[in-house]
Amino acid sequence: MSYKVTEEGNVATIHLDGEIDMDVTEKAKEVIFPHIEGGKEVHLNLSNVQYMDSSGISVLIESHQKALEKNTKVIIKDVSKSVLKVIMMAKLEQILNLE
Amino acid sequence: MSEIAHQDHSEKKAFLVNSSSLRDVRSFCRGVFEKLQINNDLKEELVLAIAEAAQNIVKHAFKNNADANELMVVQISCESNKLQIAFYDRGTPVDPKKVKHREIDNVKPGGLGTFFIQEIMDAVEFKDGKKPWINHLVLTKQL
Repeated sequence: MSYKVTEEGNVATIHLDGEIDMDVTEKAKEVIFPHIEGGKEVHLNLSNVQYMDSSGISVLIESHQKALEKNTKVIIKDVSKSVLKVIMMAKLEQILNLE
Repeated sequence: MSEIAHQDHSEKKAFLVNSSSLRDVRSFCRGVFEKLQINNDLKEELVLAIAEAAQNIVKHAFKNNADANELMVVQISCESNKLQIAFYDRGTPVDPKKVKHREIDNVKPGGLGTFFIQEIMDAVEFKDGKKPWINHLVLTKQL
């Protein structure tokens, strides 16, 4: 997994790239969580993530819940068809902020 | 149910029990499913189910006894359009009664892997592992 972060005002946009599985979840958390903890609104662009397993979904849930605690939000943008399918299988499409 | 008659085929491969093997497990599965001419949507669902089962071996069966040299074996067989995926490992014995996913409406991190496996596959069965194996999981799906 690789990533790119850009910041503008109170918004941190994080582009993740590659496959998100158990092997990379700690790295994904290290990239995402500090922005949430810093009170930023996080835009998580998943257009280049073609595979995500339950560990990756857990990172999305934890990010979402952490953001609620910090009175901010995580918006998941440009989710690929294959990852959307997994989000829907987990019945999270109404819980997570998808754009 | 698939309208294609998939050829009978069987392949197995051993992987080191660690999280960095999961990518190799997926790659192995994709290769076998391409040979079986399984369509892309179903192929990726099956890959997810298999990777989740392999992840459970890494995460749970070897939770307290990580050994860099331990192996797990994944065997994919297709016979008369019935797909069978077998897993073998020598981790902590699995008690099938304790293998449960979380309540799907109780949204929290974790507990989804088993749910995905059950959603995707027709049957999930823990069998007695024959020596040298301890755990033997079999997933099946009619193609």
